[in-house]
Amino acid sequence: MISFVARRLGTMALTMFCLTLIVFFMVNLEPNLRKLSISQLDMRSSDEHIESWLVKNGYRDNFFVRYGRWLGVVQKQPYVDPETGVTTARFSYCDEPDEPYYGGILQGDFGCSTKFKTTVAAKLFPALGATGLLMFWVMIVMVPVSLLIGVIAGMREGTRTDRSLSVASIATTATPEYVSGVIFTIIFASWLGILNGSAATATSRGITFSNFTLPVMTMAIYGIGYIARMTRASMVEVMTQQYIRTARLKGLAFNAVVIKHALRNALIAPFTVIMLQFPWLLTGVVIVEVMFRYQGFGYTLVEAAGNNDIDLLLGCSLVSVFVVLFTQLISDVGYAYLNPRIRVS
Amino acid sequence: MELEYLGAFQTFLGVMARFWPVWLALAIVLGLSMSFKARLGLYGQLFDTGAGIAGVLICLFWLFTSIFADVISPFDPLAQIFVMKDALPGAIEPESGQAFLFGGDRLARDIFSRMVFGSQIVLIIAPAATLFALMVGITLGLPAGYYGGRIDSLLSFLANLVLAFPVILLFYLLVTPGIMDTPIPYGMAGVFFLFPIIFFCTLFYTRYKSRPQLLVVQLALTILIGGWVYLGLVFNADPLGIIAIRPNELNIFVAVVFASSPGVFRIVRGLVMDIKTRDYVAAAQTRGERPWYIMLWEVLPNARGPLIVDACLRIGYTTILLGTLGYFGLGLAPESPDWGTAIKESSRLLRSYIHPALPPAIALMSFVLGLNLLADALREESLKD
Repeated sequence: MISFVARRLGTMALTMFCLTLIVFFMVNLEPNLRKLSISQLDMRSSDEHIESWLVKNGYRDNFFVRYGRWLGVVQKQPYVDPETGVTTARFSYCDEPDEPYYGGILQGDFGCSTKFKTTVAAKLFPALGATGLLMFWVMIVMVPVSLLIGVIAGMREGTRTDRSLSVASIATTATPEYVSGVIFTIIFASWLGILNGSAATATSRGITFSNFTLPVMTMAIYGIGYIARMTRASMVEVMTQQYIRTARLKGLAFNAVVIKHALRNALIAPFTVIMLQFPWLLTGVVIVEVMFRYQGFGYTLVEAAGNNDIDLLLGCSLVSVFVVLFTQLISDVGYAYLNPRIRVS
Repeated sequence: MELEYLGAFQTFLGVMARFWPVWLALAIVLGLSMSFKARLGLYGQLFDTGAGIAGVLICLFWLFTSIFADVISPFDPLAQIFVMKDALPGAIEPESGQAFLFGGDRLARDIFSRMVFGSQIVLIIAPAATLFALMVGITLGLPAGYYGGRIDSLLSFLANLVLAFPVILLFYLLVTPGIMDTPIPYGMAGVFFLFPIIFFCTLFYTRYKSRPQLLVVQLALTILIGGWVYLGLVFNADPLGIIAIRPNELNIFVAVVFASSPGVFRIVRGLVMDIKTRDYVAAAQTRGERPWYIMLWEVLPNARGPLIVDACLRIGYTTILLGTLGYFGLGLAPESPDWGTAIKESSRLLRSYIHPALPPAIALMSFVLGLNLLADALREESLKD
């Protein structure tokens, strides 16, 4: 078990290394560097001005040297004035020292956000906290509802309840966040006027029922159908097992059979599915946060990508890749733990 | 100037009437399918369940809508008629006397026509991208599952690498306007569009190696047609000028194929690992068949059931991805009538007008729902055998 986890962690580190290298390559493409320098200077800067800004800030150094700097294996260099020889920090708003130093991911330094004029850590971690709060409420809503739907549909296969619940769950999987968000906003904010169509106040004044329900609902609904269908399939399979028939034949009531015998075994598979839902939720987070103007991780990612904020974007991708891979690991380990028939070799 | 309006019922009748070619085509197809149901195999069995009928109906509805878009839509989807700015549904355009059945949007364009033309974009890109993703996924998934070992580890690692990317980040990196100045989209298109040619060449070669005359014809046709499409799509240099694709469309096409082929790869790999333990594969191996013959002619045909179901679901998922691209304003032109862009445009103004948001949202949802119902019905049918 320990060697399995160790091997997986090794693969995880390798994947993160490759992915950040790819992201680093993409954000350092010529058009993207141009976009960055234009957003840092102004729209009408001349080509020489842009070029000198890029050289001055070290964006023209060797690709691998710069990646090494971000990683923390090569020293970050301050800006040296070629005439006077005076050294100044590259980004003064990030408290960078004005001498060469190691400051990369390996030292725990995420770098400097050029868009928000602060360190990446100062921007990224509060945003992650905000998104964590959103995710927490989404999970609170999504998991019980979908498990309930799946169990009710799956315990009597082929009945009318089963059919209508199945069609309903197919319908929710066909409704991406940007569609359900629009529809919910129309119904609950425009027509009924009971909920707030924007979660912008949630960042400044704390979350309330009226500003947080719509984002949570919108995100939960897309996942509910999928998890419910998996739960149903698992439940249907369990209900055909011999031990369920035995329990029925010995005279137990149907509800007791479902609760005592079927449920525990039927909920193993959905656990994996819920864990593997996290990558999907990440995409959902971006859409929902942009749609409802909630200042979380997704909003930060879009801002970083839109302005080609290199360090912030790399930080965001590192975090999201970590979330994806870590939940996969948990799902594998948890599955083996919950299901005694499976042993990881 | 005051606009005149149709009543709600008249608007409904108007919408129904505009779709007349679709109803006609649907009636013909359904009539034929029903009368020859017994001889149509899996497709005929779809008509046994309510969900199956609904799925087929919805998918065919959007298919015919996109085919007859020119006849159905009363206005040009890009034309702006200034009096109709933010007009409510059923408003009558004074000059032509035609109604804006679903109203006008912020830029005074007919929402109904835009929705109808949006279906064209979605129904061309989504199935085509899914097809290419299937080709890439199958061509790479077969050897990974069949040989296992080092090939499998390498390809699976690459697939997991792509799958670990959040889709949104991938799109922001791959589908920015700036990237069209670099050779990256063309290089990726060059690689991806090679896969169908490789696939069909190997397919024919492994089977008809012993019949050179037939093989030469097949290979020549594959390379000719494949090369023609390849030239048109990748280099935009179709000598006949029939196949043309705009750089931004190529870019989103490539991004969508890139995002969805690892999923196909994983499914194919899993299926192959299961099927290669069967007796008929062992029999073929004993006969001394080559590995690629076994993969393409023994394993693949037996994996078709789950693959068809997955393809249906994947077209729906690709539609959602396209909508996401449109929603973030990536790739597609801002005036493009596709559903995602239309949802983005209208969702910003929900406080003042809600009618521009509903038609594209419901259109996208219903199309994906139709595909999901179809996939579900197909799965049920294939489980029965």
